[in-house]
Amino acid sequence: MSASTPATPAHPAKITTKLINEKVIIQPVIKTPKVLLATLMKDLRLEWRSKDAINSMVFFALLVVVVFSFSFDPTGDDARRIAAGLIWVAFLFAAVVALNQTWSREIRNQVLDAYRVSTAPANDLFLAKALGNFLFVTMLEVVMTPLFVVFYNLRVLGPAYLLPVIALLGTWALVVNGTFFAAISLRTRSREVMLPLILFPISIPALLGMVEATKIILTGESSAKFWIVLLAVYDLVFTTACLALFETVLDAE
Amino acid sequence: MKPPVYIAIAVVVALLAFGLYQGLVVAPTEQTMGDVQRIFYYHVPSAWTCFLLFFINFVASIVYLFRRTSKADAIAVTTAEVGVAFWAVVIITGPLWARPVWGIWWTWDARLTSTLILGLIYVSYLILRRFASGGQTPVLAAALAVFGFADVPFVYLSIWYFRTQHPQPVIGGGGSLHPAMWHALLYNWLAFSAFAALLCYFRYQLERKQRDVEETLALESLMQGSPR
Repeated sequence: MSASTPATPAHPAKITTKLINEKVIIQPVIKTPKVLLATLMKDLRLEWRSKDAINSMVFFALLVVVVFSFSFDPTGDDARRIAAGLIWVAFLFAAVVALNQTWSREIRNQVLDAYRVSTAPANDLFLAKALGNFLFVTMLEVVMTPLFVVFYNLRVLGPAYLLPVIALLGTWALVVNGTFFAAISLRTRSREVMLPLILFPISIPALLGMVEATKIILTGESSAKFWIVLLAVYDLVFTTACLALFETVLDAE
Repeated sequence: MKPPVYIAIAVVVALLAFGLYQGLVVAPTEQTMGDVQRIFYYHVPSAWTCFLLFFINFVASIVYLFRRTSKADAIAVTTAEVGVAFWAVVIITGPLWARPVWGIWWTWDARLTSTLILGLIYVSYLILRRFASGGQTPVLAAALAVFGFADVPFVYLSIWYFRTQHPQPVIGGGGSLHPAMWHALLYNWLAFSAFAALLCYFRYQLERKQRDVEETLALESLMQGSPR
């Protein structure tokens, strides 16, 4: 190093420009929240124009409501107990429809490969996708919940203000793992089949939490505190796991 | 196979035979359940072995994620497969025992349900391994193994709370175990663990050989130049 450098010390101004130049190179070209927002807005705009995910999800959930109404008496007194499970199973199945579409768009034209070589942080991409799915599934719930109330004559006997809390925590639990597992199942044969196969077993505790908490609030029988705390901790643990492992999975070759 | 392997096989067979003898002859007959209770000496050791194997699978997956060694991944496959086999033994012997004792094949009790779900997680792990393609399989599988293991506390906690909220059939617990029963149980556990270790050894060797073959084939096709 010393042999190649000129004997005369470099001009101070020169050194600073060099330093600034190096800094520019080292710094990530795209800043953190920008990637997240750009990806999220892109997905939202695509969805706004095509309405692929939301249409198929709403129709699918509607079909589940109708099909399940044959398997038990929806007018009976037990409807309130069964409805909680039914609602969440319908949302879970419908969410898989949206989750399966998460990454398929990025495979076309090798967008995902471009992501890999870019300096954009992988976790921002993941969070953008998870937030997008979260918004889609929340929208589905907003549209479908009134229908459930009408079809199954539901009346909330417990503290109703907790229902949105349960819905948000539960939806995030499904969506954060779903987005991650969609990235895994992307690399497999028959990927659309693969996603529910790996997502459902792991989601069972979360699903149980949502169903039980909703049931408790619909029937007003006892306190749903345990289940809400369980859902919150589940969200925390699995969001951390997703963020810790997403880059590894994205770069898997 | 080398001589040590034959010795290991002989030891495992002897242990299993001794365990069977302990369970069928030495251990006293249970007062209320009768001889059916002896299935306990196969049921419980299988469960313990299966949990142990799943734990090793988790550790191997973590090691794989950090070190990326082919050995760690081979251990992860091996333990998951053998673990699921032992889990199947648990799930099959359970109803066989429950039917004469409780009068039902299955109950959605906390322990049964959580064991069932735990097994389902590892079955999905094996399915993922089967369906994933090429060199990325180990990474994807290791990630899923970490998720699966992180899920275990949630599965147990949620189902325990879910089921203890409702009336349930009382399970064997409460009473204390006769010393001879303890002996039979622990001998069988030792035998089953040794048996599992032997199975894992063979499966591991098979996995390594399979990988060697794949590697050689890939190298050969590279050396031959353009594909036909």
